[in-house]
Amino acid sequence: MLNRISTYFYQRPKLVLALFLLPPMLYMAVVYLGSLFSLLINSFYSIDDFTGLVIRELTLKTYGQVFSPANREIFMRTATMAAAVTVFDALLAFPLAYYIAKFASPRAKTWLIIAVTIPLWSSYLVRVYAWKLILAKEGILSWFINLLRLDGALEWLLSFPSIGGSSLALSPIGMFIVFSYIWLPYMIIPIQTALERVPGSLLEASSDLGARPLQTFRTVILPLAFPGVVAGSIFTFSLTLGDFIVPLSLGNSKFFIGQAVYSYQGTAGNIPLAAAMTMGPVVIMIVYLLVARRLGAFDAL
Amino acid sequence: MNNSSVVAVRFDGVSRYFGEVRAVDQVDLKIQDGEFFSMLGPSGSGKTTCLRMIAGFDRPTAGRIHLYGQDVSGLPPYERNVNTVFQDYALFPHMNVGDNIAYGLMVKRVPKAERMKRVEEMLELVQLSGFAGRKPSQLSGGQRQRVALARALINHPKVLLLDEPLGALDLKLRQQMQVELKSIQKRVGITFIFVTHDQEEAITMSDRIAVFNQGRIEQIGSPAEIYEKPASPFVAGFVGTSNLVGGEVAKRLTGSEQTFSVRPEKIHLGSAQDTPSPDMIVVDGVIRDVIYLGLYTRYLVEIEGGIDLVVVEQNLKTSSMEALSAKGQKVKLSWHKDHVSRVGG
Repeated sequence: MLNRISTYFYQRPKLVLALFLLPPMLYMAVVYLGSLFSLLINSFYSIDDFTGLVIRELTLKTYGQVFSPANREIFMRTATMAAAVTVFDALLAFPLAYYIAKFASPRAKTWLIIAVTIPLWSSYLVRVYAWKLILAKEGILSWFINLLRLDGALEWLLSFPSIGGSSLALSPIGMFIVFSYIWLPYMIIPIQTALERVPGSLLEASSDLGARPLQTFRTVILPLAFPGVVAGSIFTFSLTLGDFIVPLSLGNSKFFIGQAVYSYQGTAGNIPLAAAMTMGPVVIMIVYLLVARRLGAFDAL
Repeated sequence: MNNSSVVAVRFDGVSRYFGEVRAVDQVDLKIQDGEFFSMLGPSGSGKTTCLRMIAGFDRPTAGRIHLYGQDVSGLPPYERNVNTVFQDYALFPHMNVGDNIAYGLMVKRVPKAERMKRVEEMLELVQLSGFAGRKPSQLSGGQRQRVALARALINHPKVLLLDEPLGALDLKLRQQMQVELKSIQKRVGITFIFVTHDQEEAITMSDRIAVFNQGRIEQIGSPAEIYEKPASPFVAGFVGTSNLVGGEVAKRLTGSEQTFSVRPEKIHLGSAQDTPSPDMIVVDGVIRDVIYLGLYTRYLVEIEGGIDLVVVEQNLKTSSMEALSAKGQKVKLSWHKDHVSRVGG
């Protein structure tokens, strides 16, 4: 009997494939794309200002609100933060990823990868609150800065209205530090993976042909690691773009996109506006991916 | 060789240790300008490490390396006028063939017009004209090999290093490339240092061969010297098939207990009644095994002392049936005294 069944499937490989793919495809179509679609639909609804009820008629009214000056500022602020975090993480991640991929012994490599990913095992919320304590006025970082007698420099930095605040724990600088820390593994791992695939002989060949280390970096290492940098930046950029916990716990009164969405759908009960705001990061990410493709980031995939 | 008095590469007591492992152990070596020099040996014998030290990828633990009289032991690869053809070709996958070949000129900031002109010349030299726009992934193994060669030669290096460059090619292509490499070397007239574990390849192409074993050079000489007069049992065994005879039997046959080697094709397989001439060494034996190989037949003959000798005979008249039926026959083996090589030990 079992033999008959396996023979039946053996003769119909396409049926087997279909059976395997059906559950994940259903999941993708219904749960994943379905929720995106409902988001899209909701963003074209509007809310009755008096009753607070959702009017289920397609309109662009809500998008008008999205592009109000206040919201535009929120988009700019969030995108700037996401870009800054991405650039900083890329700069931090590259040397470490390069070391892990090309120099570390197999043993050291294992330990370093564990060290990079270990923070991901603990709750993200716990880590954000831990950083709140580290960055607080009485926290260990302030203590250390005082020890180095750099408190004047910190005061000066915090006095800038756009990035400063009353303390590191309540300022965009603090958010920047925490975002960079939290998303760093997502940048290191893709770059390391990309560098891992670059054979050592290519680097030797480059230097054999007369290229100095910096030239080898620019003409061989960077182009070949670029897809990894882009993959990492997609994580850091989009994760920063949508996050609301970090701004909520470390930010000042100025909103980020995630916070805005959170408050619109929560306290304000304005689901359409929340949905329309969410489309912002989606559009930004689509543009980002198109630019990355233009730059040839996916040529090697 | 065009300038045989000039020494291209000189090793003075060069050693390279990796921890406890002595990859290269006290190697002295002189390679002449314009020579096609092969480093032959099994994997792990130190030949590739020697090549990498000439290129600058590895530094000697002890000893000095000179290139045309200049001590380069501490120089990085990009400051040596030496180029390498890598075993895996190491073509840059994100550049097309033209940019790969022009790479060395590009990093030296040679103007673009000249770069393009010289790339064209190189493509012609390696018979790949019209391929400049292709990506390495669109090429066959043999074509990649040629691009790697062109990319190295365009820099007019004083020495070209080749690290088992033909290893990944199939037999036909390999033989074709052997001939081609040799003719390119003659045309450009630069020193080629060729690393291989394939003795036939080394013999086909080289002016001289260094046979490596366990980090040391066992013998340096022309292909004929290496083959005809192996200096050690290792060389005799590694280069071609060899019959080693030592001890009592050696003493009876040659008057000395020293181990000697004799090549299978030098041994004459005669009938037990033959009376060979006096300058021949003669020994009786029994054919234990016969392997018919088309072009020739390989016999395994047991002589006194339980020693097996391999004998090959061309199949001039013999048919496979005749050859195979020889098993168990008593025979008389003979070879000329000149074909005996003392290998010591």
